[in-house]
Amino acid sequence: MANMSPKKNPIPTQEPEIRAHNFEEVAMGYSEAVAIDEALRCLNCKNMPCVSGCPVNIHIPEFISKIKEGDFEGAYQVINRSSSLPAVCGRVCPQETQCESKCVRGIKGEPVGIGRLERFVADWHNAHLDEAPAVAAPNGHKVAVVGSGPSGLTCAGDLAKKGYKVTVFEALHAAGGVLVYGIPEFRLPKAIVQKEVDNLVKMGVDVETNIVIGKTLTIDELFDIGYEAVFIGTGAGLPNFMGIPGESYKGVYSANEFLTRSNLMKAYKESPVTPIMKGGKVAVVGGGNVAMDAARTALRLGAEKVYIVYRRSMEELPARREEVEHAIEEGIEFKLLNNPVEILGYNNPDDKRDARNGFVTGMKCICMELGEPDERGRRRPVEIKGSEFILDVNTVIMSIGTSPNPLIKMTTNGLDVNKRGGIIVEESTGATTKEGVYAGGDAVTGAATVISAMGAGKTAAKAIDEYLMSK
Amino acid sequence: MYKILRKESLNPTVTLMEIEAPFVAAKAQAGQFIILRVDGEGERIPLTVAGYDREKGSVTIIFQIVGATTYALNQKNEGEYISDFVGPLGVATKLDGLKRVCIVGGGVGCAIALPIAQKLHEMGAHVTSIIGFRSKDIVILEDEFKKVSDVLHVMTDDGSYGRQGNVCVPLKEMLDAGVGFDEVITIGPLIMMKFVVEAVRPTGIPCTVSMNPIMIDGTGMCGGCRLTLNRDGEKITKFACVDGPDFNGYEVDFDEAMSRAVMYKDFERHAYEDTCNLFSKEVK
Repeated sequence: MANMSPKKNPIPTQEPEIRAHNFEEVAMGYSEAVAIDEALRCLNCKNMPCVSGCPVNIHIPEFISKIKEGDFEGAYQVINRSSSLPAVCGRVCPQETQCESKCVRGIKGEPVGIGRLERFVADWHNAHLDEAPAVAAPNGHKVAVVGSGPSGLTCAGDLAKKGYKVTVFEALHAAGGVLVYGIPEFRLPKAIVQKEVDNLVKMGVDVETNIVIGKTLTIDELFDIGYEAVFIGTGAGLPNFMGIPGESYKGVYSANEFLTRSNLMKAYKESPVTPIMKGGKVAVVGGGNVAMDAARTALRLGAEKVYIVYRRSMEELPARREEVEHAIEEGIEFKLLNNPVEILGYNNPDDKRDARNGFVTGMKCICMELGEPDERGRRRPVEIKGSEFILDVNTVIMSIGTSPNPLIKMTTNGLDVNKRGGIIVEESTGATTKEGVYAGGDAVTGAATVISAMGAGKTAAKAIDEYLMSK
Repeated sequence: MYKILRKESLNPTVTLMEIEAPFVAAKAQAGQFIILRVDGEGERIPLTVAGYDREKGSVTIIFQIVGATTYALNQKNEGEYISDFVGPLGVATKLDGLKRVCIVGGGVGCAIALPIAQKLHEMGAHVTSIIGFRSKDIVILEDEFKKVSDVLHVMTDDGSYGRQGNVCVPLKEMLDAGVGFDEVITIGPLIMMKFVVEAVRPTGIPCTVSMNPIMIDGTGMCGGCRLTLNRDGEKITKFACVDGPDFNGYEVDFDEAMSRAVMYKDFERHAYEDTCNLFSKEVK
């Protein structure tokens, strides 16, 4: 008997006033009983619209049916056929614009909580089973994966399952890419990422940290030392700044820097070795998931006030809905239809040695209104003349996107990039313009989602297998 | 883990270490840098390559004990290990075609200037080196510079060794006397590099500076190492880790770089004191 409740089972969360001061995970997950109850809301539609909304086409009604039967491991195995990182994606996917946006139950109420169920299944599996996925007998072929973020981990896992000897090269001292340096602990506990990396190692994948491909070794050298194919999943690169005056004042960060200091370098812990500006008033410029992460991290680090400054309105805000709701609950103030024009800094003309010199004292913003739609159909924000005001802040975090990392392009002949610096690939295979070299994730698309990067890693793994098997 | 093959104290606050890192040693060139972490919980700090031995697979670093991390690094001894050592990062100093070059090094910056002087000497260029220190007891690498320099000026601020005065004194004398250089390359404290650039500017001789801002990843991801260049009346943001560390000295906004360099001064002082206390407790 289907559960006809129009509402999703709520997911237990830490109370906003408590979680705003700690780095523990915000949402705590479904119990078995609640998961079954939520699964019963699924009507098991024949045409499965939700599957088409999933970038990796997980067989959603099938895994939900297994939950209904109480076969949680069976449910995991269904997801695992299409997705390598369910514990991650259940937490960070924007389900409301993907699978859940297509759910029939969403027409007259809330859609089935597909993301919450995916997370439940993955967590159940991780809590009850500790064996790595089975791998085929070694086939004698070596593949190099550059970058250990979602696309690289996925590509490496899929190839290892097929019997390839895979080495993952990571530039930083820890594996996980954006899952480790970018997404905060309160949204994605690092133990989950570590478990995924440990699984790969159990499957025979070598993870080499502290190797910067494009510097320590080039792509051509990887072929010279015996790798027969290379997957590039180097992710987002240099952070963008607005190009307004004052962006070099002390207290202006890119979101990448702010989050890396807190997440990867553990500046959020007591007596950290890596410094970060804590407390005071903070403005985060931008409206994506990274902006929400930065704002909520600043709050947890002890800021007295945190603003999100975004030039369009709430409707266009690209962040995952749940993160926006959580941010609002935690007391983050959204300055919508506002755009920074200048960052102001302290300058004591009488004393060049004044320790306050060069620190941020405020941010001048201008009000915006929405004008005509642009080529993508989004209404273009237009400045309202004379509406400037000063926001009283002492930290500004720029979260307005990144441009691809130039290191590999600079040292790899025959690898073409588009005018934004993204690696050019054949979409159906991930093949680049250089033979044997494949790419996916943010290095190709510019900043996008974990799930799309994961999908690109899967596509490339399949194509690499076909390429090497036909050679 | 990366083994410390050799450790040598160059003066009471400057230490040389040779680290076993074959991948880095195979590629390193003068002007590039590495990033290291002393232990599993450590901070990432950039240090410029002071030398390399491709056959032995080792890279030499020379560092001044200025903060918590360099203090902790200095506690390590030969045969011990540090947890991370990654590189070579940044773009190597461009030396092609240079025939007469003046190298100006200040303090521990001389350690980075030396491999450049050595490379130029190997290339057959005429090398003039000016190395400056606060006082006699912290002079480093004088013999090494002597070997590769056609002209060498050793300066101390207090006159306790060599000539009294800063590095700009002999530089200006030479420039005023019409001594020509293809390029002046300067490495040292920001304030020194700023004055060297101003001394060279009237001559129009190309002047390269080596920047060492605060960094985290060093691979072009965080943007913390950004600096501003003034080029043709426009302000341009560059990232020292991927665009540098060498820049055209005439374009660098030194005042901004100096301001950014002390962003975490208070934090760093406390961390340094805490680390010193921690190690002195362990000794007891």
